[in-house]
Amino acid sequence: MSDIKYILGSFGDPDEMMHGIEKLQENNISIHDVYTPMPIHGIEAKLGIKRSRIDIAAFCFGITGTCCAFALIYFCAVIDWRVNIGGKPSFALPDFIPIMFELTVLFCAFGMVLTYYASTHLFPGRAPRVMDLRATDDRFVIAVDAKDNVEHTVIDGLLKDAGALEIKYNERKYISYE
Amino acid sequence: MSGHNESILREPLITGDNITYAKITDDILGPVENKPNKAWWIGFTFASLGALLWVVAVSYTFWNGIGAWGLNKTVGWAWDITGFVWWVGIGHAGTLISAVLLLFRQNWRNSINRSAEAMTIFAVICAATYVVSHMGRPWLAYWVLPLPNQFGSLWVNFNSPLVWDMFAISTYFSVSLLFWYTGLLPDIATIRDRAVGTRRKIYSIFSFGWSGSVKTWQRFEAVSLILAGISTPLVLSVHTIVSMDFATSVIPGWHTTIFPPYFVAGAIFSGFAMVLTLLLVARKVLGLENYITMFHIESMNKIIILTGSIVGVAYLTEFFIAWYSGSEYEQYAFINRSTGPYWWAYWMMMTCNVISPQLLWFKKIRLSIRATWILSIVVNIGMWFERFVIIVTSLHRDYIPSSWAMFYPTWVDISVFVGSIGLFFTLFLLFLRVLPSIAIAEVKLLLKTASEQAKMKQIKEGHENKEYVAEYVESLEKFDSVKQEDYAKI
Repeated sequence: MSDIKYILGSFGDPDEMMHGIEKLQENNISIHDVYTPMPIHGIEAKLGIKRSRIDIAAFCFGITGTCCAFALIYFCAVIDWRVNIGGKPSFALPDFIPIMFELTVLFCAFGMVLTYYASTHLFPGRAPRVMDLRATDDRFVIAVDAKDNVEHTVIDGLLKDAGALEIKYNERKYISYE
Repeated sequence: MSGHNESILREPLITGDNITYAKITDDILGPVENKPNKAWWIGFTFASLGALLWVVAVSYTFWNGIGAWGLNKTVGWAWDITGFVWWVGIGHAGTLISAVLLLFRQNWRNSINRSAEAMTIFAVICAATYVVSHMGRPWLAYWVLPLPNQFGSLWVNFNSPLVWDMFAISTYFSVSLLFWYTGLLPDIATIRDRAVGTRRKIYSIFSFGWSGSVKTWQRFEAVSLILAGISTPLVLSVHTIVSMDFATSVIPGWHTTIFPPYFVAGAIFSGFAMVLTLLLVARKVLGLENYITMFHIESMNKIIILTGSIVGVAYLTEFFIAWYSGSEYEQYAFINRSTGPYWWAYWMMMTCNVISPQLLWFKKIRLSIRATWILSIVVNIGMWFERFVIIVTSLHRDYIPSSWAMFYPTWVDISVFVGSIGLFFTLFLLFLRVLPSIAIAEVKLLLKTASEQAKMKQIKEGHENKEYVAEYVESLEKFDSVKQEDYAKI
């Protein structure tokens, strides 16, 4: 026992890994996280992860962009310095639309992506927190917290039954710092 | 996700047997993890010489002003703006493939989107340099931003499409870059986890610490979908606004409402042609035949026929409307375009854009790599002439016959253009060396459903309708990467 922090079940096939998750859950073993080289559809429901609310954030950023663009153009062209172009009205809304649209997209894209980076802790130079180096290549890895789930042999057996190619016992949480 | 099978009637998107997740990574990262071959060095040498020419020509322009170009009092806009519109148009295919095809759930985009997006970024860089250098005083380029009076000008004119264009192109560039880079994160992490030493450290910084956990992927997919959703109208708006640079003026030949849809179709047309030009070579040199298959090539050729035909209809409509308008200036602009001193440019455009792409209706031509490659270059020559024709023929005979003139490019004009092609290829070749040319994670998604081996397994299980299987096997004949004898046995 003792020094083992995480038990990793490394699968070669996403369907077998999904099966492994089911097996563990049937036996009331909590799963810390799952690391995969590609998105696995349907896994969120299985692990009880709520729907991402990033779309709401995106909408808010977008609307902010629209308002900023309108405010900028209105201030420049209508309030601060009206230019008389053949007596046409300064407040020419149809002409404002292209820039309002572009800034909506710009604010929405940057706001949403930066929110995504912040919420998932992604930024340049961040030390990668990787438990198994093959999880970005060809392995689908289920990580189980070894301190919370003490019956290691049971976990081992369940993962092997489900088709795990390899079981690892990590004494450090992340192996990628060195 | 991968529990259910895809219909056997659909062509496979990954061919070859014994493809595993590990093999996909190895195949795609081959060019990134190994030393470049001779073909790459030869290409890179020529491309970087071109880029050097570009540096010389653009510096010459900056130093001497745009008097170095062949512009005159009548033709005040020529190769610069032609090059700009041409490059922006080429860029559009990348966003189309990554965004529009994602919304339409076209899975074949997965193996071509990465390099197409890279192409977008590099094409927009080439386009942007024209914008800056045609300003005459490029060190004052920031004056296009909405800056207050103290900077020496009034506020920018928000009624002007040139200002809209500044907002459109800069938004387009930065959003495309964001979309591309966010999609790259998982693949950079793959390189990082396979590398050692300094390489690992460098890729580690650029991977932003990607781990591939469930939440990261879940949000990643949500972000990609929303980015696709906003990039789709963005890409349409960009070329619409580019066309408004012309369409809102009162110059006969420019002042037409058909410009926005016609420009957008032309942009997609030339962009797909450039994607084919690049990928047909890349697939061969990098050995990616199993991922960029004949199905991908045929699909892109079909888009080229469609958009090429739209462009053809637009040319004819312009002519009809010029006649129907009853405006003699408008009529003259078009008659002069097709029969005046620039008739050769007009007919070059007509041949390359309208007539030759129709050859792709023939299956044999559509499935011939050599013919497709030649046609893709012909299309891009045609699209360059389209912009040249629109811009120069509309200007060169203005309202007073005494000021009618022709446009002759100087060596600087030619060097800036040839050099920009060199710059584009230099950037693209460097991209192939340092980043994966195919989205690894997205191709892995297809392995269990849309690959040839998955379908082979389906057939062997024997539950499939015989007719469907026969039809499927027949559809495989066009693939150059499928071994036909494997199917003879079944």
